[in-house]
Amino acid sequence: MTFESTYTYQFDTAVYKGAVTFPTQLFINGEFVNPVNKGTIDLTNPATCKAIARISVGDREDIELAAQAARAAFKEHWGLKVPGAARSKLLHKLADLVDANADQIAALEALNVGKTFHAAKAQDLPITSSVLRYYAGWADKIQGKNIQTTPDKIGFTRHEPIGVVGVIVPWNFPLSTLIMKLAPALACGNTIVAKPSEFTPLSALFLCTLIREAGFPRGVVNIVAGYGDTAGQAVGESMIIDKVAFTGSTLTGRKIMEAAAKSNLKKISLELGGKSPSIIFDDADIDQAVKWAINGIFMNQGELCVAGSRIYVQAGIYDDFLQKFTESAQCLSVGDPFSPGTFQGPQISERQFERVMGYIKSGQEEGATLRLGGERHGTEGYFIQPTVFTECTPNMKIVQEEIFGPVAAIMKFSAEEEVIEQANNTTYGLACSVYTKDINRAMRVASNIEAGTAWVNFTNWPDLGLPVGGFKQSGAGKDLGEDALENYTNIKAVHINIGIKI
Amino acid sequence: MSSFTYQFDTPSYKGTSTVSTGLFINGKFVEPVEKGTIEVVNPVNGKVITSVAAGTAADIDNAARAARKAYKESWGLKVPGVQRGRMLSKLADLLEANADEFAALEALDVGKAFRVARNGDVSASIAALRYYAGWADKIQGKTIETNEKKLAYTRHEPVGLVGAIVPWNFPLTMLSFKLGPALAAGNAVIVKPSELTPLTALRLCPLFVEAGFPDGVINVVSGYGSTAGQALSEHMDVDKITFTGSTLTGRKIMEAASKTNLKKITLELGGKSPSVIFDDVDLEQAVKWASHGIFMNHGQACTAGSRIFVQAGIYDKFLKAFTEHALSLKVGDPFARDTYQGPQVSQTQFERIMGYIKSGKEEGATVHIGGERHGNEGYFIQPTIFTECKPNMKIVREEIFGPVAAIIKFATEEEAIEQANNTVYGLACSVFTRDIDRAIRVAHSIEAGTAWINCHNSSELSLPFGGFKQSGIGRELGEYALEHYTNLKAVHVNIGHRL
Repeated sequence: MTFESTYTYQFDTAVYKGAVTFPTQLFINGEFVNPVNKGTIDLTNPATCKAIARISVGDREDIELAAQAARAAFKEHWGLKVPGAARSKLLHKLADLVDANADQIAALEALNVGKTFHAAKAQDLPITSSVLRYYAGWADKIQGKNIQTTPDKIGFTRHEPIGVVGVIVPWNFPLSTLIMKLAPALACGNTIVAKPSEFTPLSALFLCTLIREAGFPRGVVNIVAGYGDTAGQAVGESMIIDKVAFTGSTLTGRKIMEAAAKSNLKKISLELGGKSPSIIFDDADIDQAVKWAINGIFMNQGELCVAGSRIYVQAGIYDDFLQKFTESAQCLSVGDPFSPGTFQGPQISERQFERVMGYIKSGQEEGATLRLGGERHGTEGYFIQPTVFTECTPNMKIVQEEIFGPVAAIMKFSAEEEVIEQANNTTYGLACSVYTKDINRAMRVASNIEAGTAWVNFTNWPDLGLPVGGFKQSGAGKDLGEDALENYTNIKAVHINIGIKI
Repeated sequence: MSSFTYQFDTPSYKGTSTVSTGLFINGKFVEPVEKGTIEVVNPVNGKVITSVAAGTAADIDNAARAARKAYKESWGLKVPGVQRGRMLSKLADLLEANADEFAALEALDVGKAFRVARNGDVSASIAALRYYAGWADKIQGKTIETNEKKLAYTRHEPVGLVGAIVPWNFPLTMLSFKLGPALAAGNAVIVKPSELTPLTALRLCPLFVEAGFPDGVINVVSGYGSTAGQALSEHMDVDKITFTGSTLTGRKIMEAASKTNLKKITLELGGKSPSVIFDDVDLEQAVKWASHGIFMNHGQACTAGSRIFVQAGIYDKFLKAFTEHALSLKVGDPFARDTYQGPQVSQTQFERIMGYIKSGKEEGATVHIGGERHGNEGYFIQPTIFTECKPNMKIVREEIFGPVAAIIKFATEEEAIEQANNTVYGLACSVFTRDIDRAIRVAHSIEAGTAWINCHNSSELSLPFGGFKQSGIGRELGEYALEHYTNLKAVHVNIGHRL
């Protein structure tokens, strides 16, 4: 495979036909450039294991160049020099361009990640432009407070941009996680050094052309695809980057925090893993609960930080629920992301495939009952059958550890206190769901589970206005909502003496 | 359980103070597991006042267990905010009723003037407790409109167990700044006071009980940073650390958090705060504020205005007046009525500061006044002024934490801002001018978490406080502090979406 500075992929599928052209190089200071060490990576289609394209990957040196460009841009032609309304306009323009190119970007995302074209088009792309518009709306509403102290003093706070923000995003929702960080960071007046996953840079690369077209000044957004332990680590260690916003594994999150501690004490926000419980009481609407729970664990091939991977079902409805859940899971269509009707595509890579299969094996070895699935699907690509385990006990790996695949662990419970205790028996705390019609119980359980998001009578139905973030080892800081803005601002208190004589 | 009693018989304060010297865990004073002790030294004369318990990892573990149990069973959201507020108010009242005694203990332990301890430290502590008592029943989330088929809102829940690591420069005040918001928000707390200055924290413990805090809600484990402090930072069941202290130690805490349970952290670290004085100032006021900026608390303040930039037009007049003022500051016994400046807190700090003074001389700055030890007993240092300072000198770049001012002449506003920002720190700054545009412009342009205009070290409980850059992460004080002691949960309730 040769390296070209732009590449055109021909799609000829049942759900999408067309040619999509994308740049392959690093985007630094408004230009597409080769990495200093000329590194490249060959991207693979996880549905077929065939090569897609060869793209550039950056190293420490490229991250430094990008950080310097971002710093210069922040000082000279971004930050508070550009009023909020102007930042807003650019974000809106970018949203419009994303919408105008939605099909192409969705096709790239489906090709690169293995998620279905339908899901990319119906979820990833609309979320992306919505988030851009949502934060476009905040850009001219960044407000501090005027705070009463004494008559001889004026005191107020300013919510200033932090400066250069490093963004490190994963491969499961490459575009939407990138935008969830870019949008609030830019709205607040920061400049960006983004490192998409080396596996899934295509949508970010396409986005670079739109960023330029929208009119963001050069150096405001810089995108350097690269490996975590080189480029990612360089972001964590950079003395120029003032803050890093990271979504990914808990393991890597720790490394980022450590790198920040050892370099310039940069601010950090982390969105990490989860093992989110769904709790279904026996007065729940079972049919609805089944549908939501299926979506909760099998959506995006189970490659979802908020996956409802532990499903607790109250004894009274257990048999009924399990039967319906298993039937539904069995009906999920696994296959080509570009086939109409496919629900689940392949896992992202061979390594992830092996990891998930390893967990399935451990489930069987540790004594859980394999109720459904458990095998590879087909003979090509990284497909895994939707898998259901029952008779799970708390200490099993499949109950404690994040699998990040289409594997549900179902457990029976009798009392509310018991299930809350089990639900909280984890180092994670990202999300949870509770299904019941009883208003007191619904509120009680939602309040008592240690998680950053509680869904009542559904699972994984986000809203841009609500913050998302983890308790415990699921992370620190928030994405989405107004609350995300505080991750991207420095609070300055100004005290003006208008009469105190010392 | 052992305690020590100190008789104060001084011009400023006469009275007796009795302090238990054990660890305060689960509502009682106990011996440390490894039975270690720490000597508490009087910085006025280097003599040992008493010993207190030295807690280690095992004691931190016991405290965490007590705190977790209390949090689950008798604290957190089980106790409504209004009651938490009443306990904090009661604690403030009790502190106020014993204010002189606490001020005397702080003056004895730290070496600060009694008058300052009473009117500064203890008053600020009482005020902080009362301020946060008022927030306790006003912890609010939002309801957020999405669509008609969903009810969505946020809850600001307590984080759980908070470890508070407190420094030696304002022991009682820093403790109160942390206890206030932590308890108001419903958290249980494990305090690790500085091993140099544990007395007021220990004296406060019986007041926790009298104020009605359930056992285990507040625990105090005195001990060394490298043992007790490290254990607290690494503890798998502590949900958050709030730390005030050196940047060096702040890094260790962040690293420890990253390697254990990713606990949340708030860090208030060092500073090298610039005071920028333009030539249209009220000279007398500028001199007094700049002096207060650097010499307050013997220079042992994170916000010390240790780099003083003076515009050329007023430089000579300012230097003369500033020098006269500095020479008038009385250095001596903290309990003498007219003392302004007592000793530095310890032998180590004394040597550190003298080392910086030496480096200033060696690197070519001019000692305008001071630069020597004061007296021949205790850790007293003369108020010191350096002139002819250059940006790369250690005394200009590094935090000295002593009564040493570096004065630098400047010509233009742009130059002053650039020099002011030429530092890894970003805690505070001050600008002195009558020109409204320039005042706001400069305050906005300096990269610091607090900008004072025509004042310095004039703090307010209601305004947030914290660092840009390597001066820290997070904010204390004001309403802003509360978000660092709460976990934000978003609740989405389906009232009509069907799949």
